[in-house]
This record gives sequence, structure tokens and C-alpha cells, in this order.
Amino acid sequence: MRLPLKRIVVVTGHYGSGKTNFTAALALQLAAEGKKVTVVDFDLVNPYFRTADFANAFAQKGITLRAPDFANTNVDIPSIQFDLGGLAAAGETLLIDVGGDDDGAVALGRYAHMLNSYAETGELDMIAVVSFRRYLTRTAEEAQAYLQSIEQVSRMRLSGIVNNTNLGVETTTAIVEESVAEAKKLSALTGLPLICTVAPDTIKAPQTGDCPLVTIPMMVKLPW
Amino acid sequence: MEKVLMKGNEALAEAAIRAGCKCFFGYPITPQTELSEYLSKQMPKRGGVFLQAESEVAAINMVLGAAATGTRVMTSSSSPGVSLKSEGISYIAGSDVPALIINVQRGGPGLGGIQPSQADYWQATKGLGHGDFRLIVLAPSSVQEVVDLVGKAFDLGDKYRMPVMLLSDGLLGQMMEPVSFPEATETAQIDKSDWAADGTKMAREHHIVNSLYIEATDLEEIVKARYQRYAVIEENESDAESYLTDDADVVVVAYGATSRVVKSAVNKARAAGIKAGMLRPITLWPFPKKQLCAACENAKAVLTVEMSMGQMVDDVKLALECKKPVSFFGRTGGVIPTPAEVYAEIVKLNGGAQ
Repeated sequence: MRLPLKRIVVVTGHYGSGKTNFTAALALQLAAEGKKVTVVDFDLVNPYFRTADFANAFAQKGITLRAPDFANTNVDIPSIQFDLGGLAAAGETLLIDVGGDDDGAVALGRYAHMLNSYAETGELDMIAVVSFRRYLTRTAEEAQAYLQSIEQVSRMRLSGIVNNTNLGVETTTAIVEESVAEAKKLSALTGLPLICTVAPDTIKAPQTGDCPLVTIPMMVKLPW
Repeated sequence: MEKVLMKGNEALAEAAIRAGCKCFFGYPITPQTELSEYLSKQMPKRGGVFLQAESEVAAINMVLGAAATGTRVMTSSSSPGVSLKSEGISYIAGSDVPALIINVQRGGPGLGGIQPSQADYWQATKGLGHGDFRLIVLAPSSVQEVVDLVGKAFDLGDKYRMPVMLLSDGLLGQMMEPVSFPEATETAQIDKSDWAADGTKMAREHHIVNSLYIEATDLEEIVKARYQRYAVIEENESDAESYLTDDADVVVVAYGATSRVVKSAVNKARAAGIKAGMLRPITLWPFPKKQLCAACENAKAVLTVEMSMGQMVDDVKLALECKKPVSFFGRTGGVIPTPAEVYAEIVKLNGGAQ
């Protein structure tokens, strides 16, 4: 996939929209293109099942992972120990995987001033990964309210939408195809460009019309 | 309805609202917090009450108060928080009122850790508070089953006028799976007008909800009457899933999220020509003794797998009455057993490599 994304990509969205899988797949793709990529696990709300789970896959491809020191440990200490500003200033590709919902996006507000300066110079995109198969975002209108709450608490502005409508392992071609119209409606409601529709590479490629299709591997692994 | 993707904790909360839960009293704790978060957002919009109490002890006593009025009420917590609630749960049992208690288990003892665990089995099934009493304990193994069992838990509580626990764990609470909710059906709630303390309107005698009895013989009588109800529950309400047990040489017993790991291991064993099967208790109390004995009829060996040092294994042994050799494999402290580890145990019990 080649997506029209800037050097720094802040990935937000609701719980279960598939942000983490999308971020991980994007990181591997950008690394394969020869870019020096750093992925930031910026999730301060989920105790486990998170970007840091891909540490090994990232290490093999030379991708740097920065995660909270206490991610995946037995303690619940939501704190960031690394210098996000330094990572942004390093000039390389930076993917920031933010925790789910407005709850997860709150932490972004602390860095909004710094990150917004990169948005102003055209070096940063903040995208919303959306799934219309999440319980409280079944429609464009519901999703719009979600996106507004994320912008509000993060004190940042979204610049695009990724339609990642999925039902986990039960995602089908039809489910993805059905979602495109709703994604376009969300784009019209919010004025944000629909960057692409995403589908797992394990299903027959869906027809998404004039919306670019990106197929990615299912990277999130279950414990069984 | 159409399937949607939900986190176990959120699905549980939504299922509770749909089952007619009107009051939630709780105190936040990982890995349960999404449940109360969800209810804090949704309850006020949907005609319910959400209240974050000053402590777990306060929350469970609010549950007792609401339950005494006949209102559908629940609380949720994770292991250390459930310990704090144990006094109140004993009072709820002693007052013969229904309430739903959720435990999204994490590692212990003490503050332990936030990763998944099943080390509260003994607490849930044998010792959740002082005195002679029981809780009905239900143990789902998927997000869909969480949804399906919440309504059942409320109904059982109403039917037998007693607290019910839904025993989840961090894995079930945090994972995302597709679920579909039953079409909104108004559950036929049992008439509580002969005991609920919901106001006399000066038209009837007071209903008294209480767990104190001045005379020892009165207390004995009420406890004995309660145990007669428990006997009916043991007879009628036990439930389990049998998976490939008909011809199984090795039967693995596991509940909750651990059963998902065990199912993978059993499938792997079957593919390798080993006759393995699984018995998954869905009710932990009453423990499905009959179903277990039937599943182990032809077994050479029985293995219990838990995310603990071995707790349910006691009930497996009691049910089998030494008729079959029972062994145990577990990981604890927040570590999840892998299918490979369980498979290796099955191979060992089957008499070595195939």
C-alpha cells in the first residue's frame, strides 16, 4: 500500500477499530520501502493486547518500537517515559498508535502543542481509523460524534479517515463492501478525506469503487 | 441482530442493560474498568443509575440496598476488589435478595497483578464471605457467551432470590470478538411484590429485608430452608459443554478463557491421533458433576488446566470419587498457558509421543 501520508502519522480511533493492526502493517510496509520507521505505542488505557505485542516482528524489520515501560507488565502505571518531541524532531518516519476512544486520546493533549506545530508545517497527519461494525459506531453520524470527541480531548485536528470496518476473524468481503457507503457519508459529514478502505489479505478483495483499497495481514494474534 | 465487534467488558455491560439492569454501583479496577466506563456513559441515557462509590465496601452495600427494593442491580470488580466486597455479598445472601456480581479476575494474592488469572475459583465457589451460603457461579468462555449468560445470571438470581456471580477474567474482559445481542426482549421478571421493600403505600404490612436473627433456632431454620433451595439448584441448574468426549482416552477439564487454549490443544491431539476431549463447566457452582462423570466414562486419564496453582481440580476429584486418575497443569500470576504446553501434557498422559 502506498498511502498519501505525511512523515508523522498519529493513529486514533475507537477501541477495536483495528488501529493497532493497521499501524503495525503500515510500519512493516514503510520499512519495506526502505524508510527508517519508529512506532510509538501511545496507549495509556489498555492493560494488554497492544502495539508492544509486535516487538519481535518490528525488531526483525529494523523498526524501532517505543512503548511505555510498564506496557504488558503486571502493573497499571499509565505513564510515558520517552521523549516524544525528540522522536518527532528526529526527522524520520514516526507512527504514533494512540489508545482507543476519547479516553485514549486524552494523553495526546499533553503533546498537542508540539504535534500541532508539525501539522502546521505539513509534516503530520492525524487519522481516524473507523469500523462501522463497532457497537456504538454503526452509522456515519455516530462515528462523527466519536471523531469530534477525539479531536476535543486531544486538542488536535484530524486530517483523514481510514475505513477499517471489520469483525475480527469473522470479517468477510461483503462486510467490507457494505461499509464503503457509510465511510463516504462520514467523509462528507466531516469534510475529512477518506484515505482508503482496509481489508484483511485473507479474504477475497472487496470492490470499493473509487475508494482506494489496501489489503493488510492480520497481525493481532490470539492466545490460542 | 447483526454481529458487531466488542470488547468483553463492554459487551457484558451492554448485555446487562438489555437484561433490565437498572442500577450499577462500583469502584474502578483494572482489568474491569471498561465495564464501569461503558455503564457510566450509557446508564443515564437509558433510564438507569450509575454510581461510582467511594469504595468497594460502599458499593456492595448500595447493591444490597437496591436489591432489597427488588431492582435489578449489579456490581463489578476484579479480584482484590471482590475480596473487599465479600462482607456485603454475605449480607446479600443472608438477606435472600438477588444481585449480580462480576469478577474480571486478575493475578493474586494481594495486589497481585493486572494480567488474567483464574485464581479466585475457591473464593467464588466456596468462600465468598462468612457463613453458610452459596453463590451461583457462571463462567463464560467467549464474548458471545458473556452476553448470553448475563441475562441468565439475572434470571437465576431472581428465581432463587440469591446473589449470582459471573466469573470472567482479564483475557475475556479485554479481548475483542464478534457478538450479537438477542433481540431486545423484556425478560419475564419474577414477581417480587411479596418481599421487595419498595414502599407500603400504607396499603400493606412492612417487608423486612434483614440477615440478623435473634434466636439461634430461627437462624438455623432460615439457613436450612436456604439449603433446600441450594439442593434444587444443584439438581436442576448445572451446565457444561462436552467437546469430543464420547470416545476420549484423555479428558481435559477447563473453564473460562483457558478452555479456548485447551480446545486448540485437543484439536491438535486429535490431529495427531490421540483421542482427547474437553469438558468445560459453564456453571462452577453448582459444579456439573453428572456431566463430568459422563464425559470421563471411558477416559484413562483426566487433566485439569487452570490459570491458577490448581483450584477447580479439587471439585473434579470430588466429582470423580477416585474412579479416574486426575492430574493438573496450570500457569499463574497472570501467565496464560499455551496450546503447546497443554498438548505436551495430553501426550504425556496418553503414554508418550504418538
